[in-house]
Amino acid sequence: MRKFSVKPLQAAAALALGSTMLLAHAGEVEVLHWWTSGGEAKAAKALAATMQAKGDTWKDFAVAGGGGDSAMTVLKSRVVSGNPPSAAQIKGPSLQDWAKEGVLANLDDVAKADNWDANLPKAIADGLKYKGHYIAAPVNVHRVNWLWVNPEVLKKANVKAPTTWAEFFTAAEAIKKAGLIPLAHGGQSWQDFTIFEDVALGVGGADFYKKALVQLDPATLKSAKMKEVLTTFKKVKDYTDKNAPGRDWNLATAMVIRGEAGMQLMGDWAKGEFIAAGKTPGKDFECVAAPGTSKAYTYNVDSFAMFQLKNEANIKAQKNLAGAIMSPAFQELFNLNKGSIPVRLNMNLDKFDSCAKQSSKDFVETSKAGSLVPSIAHGMAVSSAAEGAIKDVVSQYWNSEKDTPEQVMDKLVSAAKAK
Amino acid sequence: MSQTPSTSPARPRIDWLPKLVVAPSFVLGFLFIYGLILWNAYFSVSASRLLPNYEFAGIEPYINLFESDRFQVASWNLAIFATLFIGGALALGLLLAVLLDQKIRQEGVLRTIYLYPMALSFIVTGTAWKWILNPGLGIEATVRGWGFESFTFDWLVDPDKAIYCVAIAGIWQSAGFVMALFLAGLRGIDDSIIKAAQVDGASLPRIYWRILIPSLRPVFFSTIMVLSHIAIKSFDLVMALTAGGPGFATDLPATYMYSMAFTRGQINLGAASATVMLAVVAAIVVPYLYSELRSTKR
Repeated sequence: MRKFSVKPLQAAAALALGSTMLLAHAGEVEVLHWWTSGGEAKAAKALAATMQAKGDTWKDFAVAGGGGDSAMTVLKSRVVSGNPPSAAQIKGPSLQDWAKEGVLANLDDVAKADNWDANLPKAIADGLKYKGHYIAAPVNVHRVNWLWVNPEVLKKANVKAPTTWAEFFTAAEAIKKAGLIPLAHGGQSWQDFTIFEDVALGVGGADFYKKALVQLDPATLKSAKMKEVLTTFKKVKDYTDKNAPGRDWNLATAMVIRGEAGMQLMGDWAKGEFIAAGKTPGKDFECVAAPGTSKAYTYNVDSFAMFQLKNEANIKAQKNLAGAIMSPAFQELFNLNKGSIPVRLNMNLDKFDSCAKQSSKDFVETSKAGSLVPSIAHGMAVSSAAEGAIKDVVSQYWNSEKDTPEQVMDKLVSAAKAK
Repeated sequence: MSQTPSTSPARPRIDWLPKLVVAPSFVLGFLFIYGLILWNAYFSVSASRLLPNYEFAGIEPYINLFESDRFQVASWNLAIFATLFIGGALALGLLLAVLLDQKIRQEGVLRTIYLYPMALSFIVTGTAWKWILNPGLGIEATVRGWGFESFTFDWLVDPDKAIYCVAIAGIWQSAGFVMALFLAGLRGIDDSIIKAAQVDGASLPRIYWRILIPSLRPVFFSTIMVLSHIAIKSFDLVMALTAGGPGFATDLPATYMYSMAFTRGQINLGAASATVMLAVVAAIVVPYLYSELRSTKR
């Protein structure tokens, strides 16, 4: 938004940088991202090549570290010193936080030229806007509510892949009896929360989920339904192994791949691990919606926020970048590599595997039915302060034996107030 | 430049020179230590969230801080960790020093072995102990592999006991260093005192307990100073060993501050916890420093 006031610090830094900026002839985009691993890095290179074909210079600003914490720290120092990159990987409500600081650019003309309003589901388009203006370009959609299943293990225990939580517990009990770990889990707070939101969505349904965990309605957070969710959630823990604390998600996935564990609740990035291990979807492993959530979809959308720049040529290059990110060609190439699905609607998915096709079909259907919900575990739903506080409560409940569901509900209500 | 009159006309004293020499470091120190402390203190009463913001918000961040369960856990953990870490490292280090002091063979080799952990970074220590203490990989799995099926040592994954694991790793890291300090202290004591005591018929344990260890008081002082600041700023050890988990059971104020300020977009809360940490350190360390320094002067 060009209306945003320019802070004195930024103005001074811009003046100081003036000389270097005059020297920059063609447009240049500097992109902060943390796609440094295998398929992701390939996808980032593809985007760079697209930009260079358009005559703009690509300046890579990759900061390693999966969660992007270190990248965010670097980004903050760059923005505070008045020297932001053209674009940075920012998603969910953090976009609104950054926009509130008055440092993001307006992408409305790009969005209008390509008709983003029609090409994106409304729930997701709204998240990319601040006061009605587009501030970020979306890259992909990850489905979070997947249950990854090793059919070999299930066969040994003589059970089917569960579709409800009741079936889940029956299956888990049978796998446990067969001497294997029913559910592979990594005990990090975001993974604990991934299970929690699957349970909340499966037991409570999409409306309950939205009311309790997106709108943070105190009455819903402290309701009989929530108590049921918490009890079910705690019961799931009995079917994980005790070495889980601190384990990374991909190690948990490896347990399912090797047949030590039967199932894992994890987003579709887990698919990349199965495929890297030479497994085929539908044959060596199965992807089913988390118990009770086949009619719902928790999404995690990666996006690039665009920062306000001074140099005209760079602003032009930045708009080219936003256009390129939403182009069908890039969306296909990137998502084939990343394991997610294109965020753009009505794309040809012939090259994608069965899990991706299922994900895409559910994505479109749930978006129409209104059961497309943001994932809290992945920073899509609430402000980072509230998200952190709620994650703390859930993770502590999962890990300790002290609290009763009633006490946890009180804590959730007060955590939801964190601003 | 005016020169002050001097008693020895041959070498005029230049009063301003020492001040000039000290001035840069004084200014830099003032700016980058005390200035930044004040700056941080201001952030702790500001409305800063994602980015620094100079709008005044009153003591609200402090109220949020003290109401936060997680900060209470972190502070309590620091108390447990600091007590065990300082006490444990002192006791073990002193014991090793006394044993090494018995004019044994190969002392140089043993000293190096004991001192070696100090050469490792806390990240390495944390990662190594994470494997050693993990029930599925380390001690528990090994002992069970020997046939003791019911052996259990799973403190690392138990939220109530995980903080003791952090203390174990910390003591392992620092005990050798404490030993080196005490050994140097013991070697500095005049032999004639020991001989006099032996002539009086005192046994060796009695000589250590009543004469040598009490005369190590200055060594105790500097060791406690060093260990307590390591304990309070502990961050990398926890990050590598447990990352604050299970849940947030092993959070310390330093890790709490980091996650608030840098990953949760709550700079004011992070700044408030940093200020509280500083205040606690000041409240404990300053009186101790004062009493020790005054008594040595006397």
